Amino acid sequence: MAQATDQRALTYAQAVNEALRQTMESDNKVFVMGEDIAGGAGREDQGKSDAWGGPFRLTKGLIGDFGPDRVRDTPISEAGFLGAGVGAAATGMRPVVDLMFSGFFGVCADQIVNNAAKMRYMFGGKITLPLTIMTSTGAGTASAAQHSETLYSLFAHFPGLTCVAPSDAYTAKGLFISAIRSDDPVIIFNHKLLMGRTAKSADMGQGEGFGVVVPEEMYEVPIGKAHIDREGTDITLVGISYTTIVCRDAARELESRGYSVEVIDLLSVSPLDSETILNSVKKTRGIVIVDEDYPRCSVASDISALVAEEAFDYLDAPPVRITSPHTPVPYSLPLEMLYLPTKESVVEAALGILE
Amino acid sequence: MATDFIIIDIYKEEPGLDMQKIDDKLLMQFFETMVTIRLFEEECRRQADLGKLRGMHSSIGQEAVPVGICGHLKEGDYILGNHRSHHHCIARGVDINEMMAELLGKSTGTNRGKGGTMHIADIDKGMLGANGVVGSNIPVATGAALSAKMRGTDNVSVVFFGDGASGQGVLYESMNLASIWKLPVIFVCENNRYAEATPFEYAIAGGNVSSRAEGFDMPGIQIDGQSVIEMFLKATPAIERARNGEGPTLIEALTYRYQGHFGGENPQSYRTKEEEEHYKSNDCIKQIRNYLIEEEVCGLDDLTRLEEGASVKVEQSVKFADDSSFPDDKALYEDVYISNS
Repeated sequence: MAQATDQRALTYAQAVNEALRQTMESDNKVFVMGEDIAGGAGREDQGKSDAWGGPFRLTKGLIGDFGPDRVRDTPISEAGFLGAGVGAAATGMRPVVDLMFSGFFGVCADQIVNNAAKMRYMFGGKITLPLTIMTSTGAGTASAAQHSETLYSLFAHFPGLTCVAPSDAYTAKGLFISAIRSDDPVIIFNHKLLMGRTAKSADMGQGEGFGVVVPEEMYEVPIGKAHIDREGTDITLVGISYTTIVCRDAARELESRGYSVEVIDLLSVSPLDSETILNSVKKTRGIVIVDEDYPRCSVASDISALVAEEAFDYLDAPPVRITSPHTPVPYSLPLEMLYLPTKESVVEAALGILE
Repeated sequence: MATDFIIIDIYKEEPGLDMQKIDDKLLMQFFETMVTIRLFEEECRRQADLGKLRGMHSSIGQEAVPVGICGHLKEGDYILGNHRSHHHCIARGVDINEMMAELLGKSTGTNRGKGGTMHIADIDKGMLGANGVVGSNIPVATGAALSAKMRGTDNVSVVFFGDGASGQGVLYESMNLASIWKLPVIFVCENNRYAEATPFEYAIAGGNVSSRAEGFDMPGIQIDGQSVIEMFLKATPAIERARNGEGPTLIEALTYRYQGHFGGENPQSYRTKEEEEHYKSNDCIKQIRNYLIEEEVCGLDDLTRLEEGASVKVEQSVKFADDSSFPDDKALYEDVYISNS
């Protein structure tokens, strides 16, 4: 594993920012739009055109380098600007559109699921839609029911949409570059609790993840490929985005009890890397899938079904899903803590299989 | 840095407000409610700084808008709010003890601690809920108006939304529906000049929201949202029109958000201190306070008494919230469906 160098131990947000900057520099068709992605638009005369740089600072500083033509603050019109992203992508541009919170999907669902997902197929393959949508997900920030959802499965449900969920700064940069270069519409889920973290502060253990250094040069993390975050032989834990960190924590705890744990960082929600999951389960004979999304019709359910259908004979115990409960996200702190998948619940589930 | 800033005072001074239509008692009530809102919001900020209150959008500066409008409302009328709705709730008479408890995540809160700052609701009091998705409550208000009409009442519904929500298509769908069906709904755009960090002169084609009513065959008016007297008196025709079954009105109240978009956010990253001072000099509470004294509606001691009373009530709300318990774990699973309530 590479040694940490402070200079390149970027936060997730800085890594995304670098990916956007580099793709914009290398391809003048790439542009970004969304609510307050610059912030203070129309106030250039006051030097206040980059007030926010997006609600999570993913786009901070870009307007200064690329100007308001390529870094567009939008009115609060999700259907309008998501649809405009579809139209621009269909006619030669390569837009990156920010949907501030995944729950706002409801406002612009038509543009994503009826246009972005289906146009290429409906039109007999005569169109490409190199559209990237980025959105923030996750509970744990007291944002209550409408601003804390995960919703992977909603998007993954639709053929035609590619869905990726980075777990740290390294995978964020690589997946952003892959997504923007993809000719298909790609949705990137950025977990709110990850965006301020550096790979270093994620407390990555020996051999976990891709290491703490985010390379300065452009690189891709391949879409459709899960990453074996940590190798083991007794049980498989599958994490998606932030729950990969939960899985790592659980793996350490289980290791201290003498078990060898394999952690898979899913990275791509759609397409799903069935091969990596099945190969792991055939080796470990047990699986816990950790998904912050609602449990019903979820990615966790999808993986559970995959394992049950394709690797049944290898399993020592049924697959276990650790998810949020089938409730909206509550506001009150003790309830929100109860809502989220925890290391403890993962350890307990794993021990239930192992013992 | 240039000290110039853009001032957009699109409302015009209009003579002839009929002060006979507003009695002294109501004016003093307005003052008391506005002071309560301000003190409550300041207390919320303190509670947030203490780490007890987990995030909020402050309504300081915008108190006059809902207070003036809600002065017309009666039992059975509904208001609906948005992410920034503490002032709407208090203006409609929602209990501030229960509000503070909600904001501290306690089981005695308006929403049993499950909604928080963006979702305060008190149906019995006529507050049909705040909503964190911009524009999302506008059609719901239209539906409440449809219900009021179909049930044969003369009740109205009022929806408060920001200038940012004027970018959402659902506003125009709702205005059209309300107009063709002559629904008793009042669309109140609180133009506080910023949608998060984006100034309205950038985001709103044509420079105002109210003129968009014309295309939907309904009145559209601008009101000085810093004057509670103007808010009340100039909203009268809209309320009467709705109660008489003549249809909706769009009101654009020109106001100013003193603080950042959310607690702790620094608005001077996208606007100047000079601009803030300009608008704060026209403060809505200062205005009504001066009016009450200058017109000898009441004495200074009366105002002091009201201010002290509001202060005590706000203090008590914190005590009520502090003394309340957090919800039990089982509350997480309740109220997803009626069957598990």
